[in-house]
Amino acid sequence: MVRYTPSSQSTNPLLGRRAVLRGLLMTAGIAAVPGLAACGGSDSGSSNGTVTFGNNLSDQVPKDAITAALKGFDSDALKVSINTKQHEQYQEQINNYLQGKPDDVLAWFAGYRMRFFAEKGLTGDLTELWSGLGDNYAPALKEAATAKDGKQYLVPFTQYPWGVFYLKSVWTQRGYAVPKTLDEFVALATKMKADGLTPIAFAQKQGWPGMGTFDQLNFRTNGYQFHVDLMAGKEDWQGKKVRDVFDTWKRLLPLHQENALGREWQEAAQSVQQGKSGMYLLGTFVGQQFKGQEDDLDFFPFPEINPEFGQDTVEAPIDGYMMAKNPKNAEGAKKLLQYLAKPETQLEYLKSDPSSIATSTKADTSGYTALQKKAADVIKNAKHITQFLDRDTDPRFASDAATNGLNAFIQNPDDIDTVLKGMADQAKTIFTG
Amino acid sequence: MTDKTVHEEPKSPAPRGRARRKRATALAGGDKLVLGLMLGIPTLFHVLLVWLPSLGSVALSFSSWDGIGGFEDIKWVGVQNYVDIFTHYPRFWPALQHNLIWLVFLLVVPTTAGLFLAVLLDRKLRFGAVYQSALYLPMVLSLALVGFIWQLIYQPEQGLLNNLLGTADSDPTNWLGDPKINIYAVLVAAAWRHTGYIMLLYLAGLKSVDPALKEAAALDGANSFQTFTKVTFPVLKPVNIVVLVVTVIEALRAFDIVYVINKGRNGLELLSVLVTDNIIGESSRIGWGSALAVILLLISLGFIITYLYQVFSKENRA
Repeated sequence: MVRYTPSSQSTNPLLGRRAVLRGLLMTAGIAAVPGLAACGGSDSGSSNGTVTFGNNLSDQVPKDAITAALKGFDSDALKVSINTKQHEQYQEQINNYLQGKPDDVLAWFAGYRMRFFAEKGLTGDLTELWSGLGDNYAPALKEAATAKDGKQYLVPFTQYPWGVFYLKSVWTQRGYAVPKTLDEFVALATKMKADGLTPIAFAQKQGWPGMGTFDQLNFRTNGYQFHVDLMAGKEDWQGKKVRDVFDTWKRLLPLHQENALGREWQEAAQSVQQGKSGMYLLGTFVGQQFKGQEDDLDFFPFPEINPEFGQDTVEAPIDGYMMAKNPKNAEGAKKLLQYLAKPETQLEYLKSDPSSIATSTKADTSGYTALQKKAADVIKNAKHITQFLDRDTDPRFASDAATNGLNAFIQNPDDIDTVLKGMADQAKTIFTG
Repeated sequence: MTDKTVHEEPKSPAPRGRARRKRATALAGGDKLVLGLMLGIPTLFHVLLVWLPSLGSVALSFSSWDGIGGFEDIKWVGVQNYVDIFTHYPRFWPALQHNLIWLVFLLVVPTTAGLFLAVLLDRKLRFGAVYQSALYLPMVLSLALVGFIWQLIYQPEQGLLNNLLGTADSDPTNWLGDPKINIYAVLVAAAWRHTGYIMLLYLAGLKSVDPALKEAAALDGANSFQTFTKVTFPVLKPVNIVVLVVTVIEALRAFDIVYVINKGRNGLELLSVLVTDNIIGESSRIGWGSALAVILLLISLGFIITYLYQVFSKENRA
């Protein structure tokens, strides 16, 4: 559930000041639940010349980036008022926030996670706005912004792919080559182990990074459509196909960093950065842990497992903005969303936070870093784009059954049957529709 | 006239009752109003803030609802939530087990330790006040903060404990990450805090024990251990009840410390965590979470009612 926190730079996440704050905020968050309705739009100015903007980018770097990007919107007639909430809290409270007094324009994610609220009628229909945005976005992005009813509810802003990251210097020095298939991948990892490296860095303390590993193994083995159907509760978690995924994972697990459940992704990334681990599967935001070394960082798409599907799918979550169901300033909200769809706005944001890429096809990529260029390439060449396990499935399933099921597997990989039975049983109680 | 009433009284109890009722209500109008307000306002708040939400939870536990929309969106599913929780929910039984371990541990360790410390402090040691405040200090901290302090101690590589044991470099024990031991590691932290509380309760109780009792026991030739077990401890009975109730409540509502450490996953599941996970969050399962909360409520009630019933029935017999 808890997604990446850009600019989390604490060298030791367990001991860092940020961890304390996060802990305190979390507790405060629980205490604050009854007062949530009041949170939204508290400073929403009643005048017609203001649009309120619900921002979940609470860490300093992305917060400054979005503030800078929105600066260009302000004019004498129309001003934007930013209402920032702590990143994880924003997601935990979204339900009450949307039912209370949400801001006119608000941050959210594409995929099932967006459709869930759109279908509940909690966010505004943007179909009309999209008719003017058509050529700004690739068809895949439009699809990601569309709910089951065929209408659009989200304006994509930025996007980042998942891949296997490594340090070029370490790999050249040791003569490693990018693996294309699972067998090559295993051979490489085994070689790394012999060389005294931890082959694959791994961290699962936050509960979500392991979902990324599952997703890669799943759509490489069973293809994009199976991923979609499984996430929608249409496939059986106890079936052979899911079982195959876990069997492969079990085979790879000894090549992963041990004690993953007690580690945060920042620590795992640092082990790559220090040359102790060979590679790490994560989103491009991993770059935040490689400050000053960005040029040395590179990635490759997860290798092929099933030749039928090759490397045709890439996991590339889209962050974007929705409109409240009844915005106080509907005209202003639409103008602001149009502004956010502009390539210039997205590039302005990326200037301060280059850990993702623009979603607009018109964005000028000449200013991109090498990593951003590669990310853009990988996404452009993909046949299918997935969001992420917790963005592609019912949040009720992701936050409890999936997280704890994967944790149980990582803890005890010999007990796949029990784990899958638990997940399948829960899926049946959740996907009843 | 007086004779008549005297004679009538034993014959029929009815007038006596009437007379008593008369006496009970023989209050001036102003007093009645004050009494009514003093009872009425707390009762109103109690019903509004305790009974309504509790009964509401019980009602919702028979429903399936994602917290979106109004009453018309609630789907009633009978006892389905309970059936599913007992049969399909992998985290439920571990959580229940952890809550019970928590309860037994708190009842045994901090209670004994707290009583022991209280007896020592009651002996008017030098610097007694210093020890007292030092031991009570953890109680002032929130459990969330206690969890954080102990994370520093339990950290595998840099933590205090592994470094003291000399295992930090060679083979660090992952105190909080290993699901087999982390519940006990957390319990030590929780007990560290709870001991000070129990100590203070007993200390207050000991201060109120009449010194004459101990003196009499000493005169009768009892040694200090006998004095304590035969005289002082029985006198502390009311404190014991308070300690028990406080401990049961503390054990069943435990939440913040595990939530700070790892969100109550991976060996640290507690019922309270499951309730929170299901009710608060992006898309809540209000019915499911309420059913868990009702189970927790029933367990608490079970303990408290059993104990209070025993205590009061013994008292009535005595």
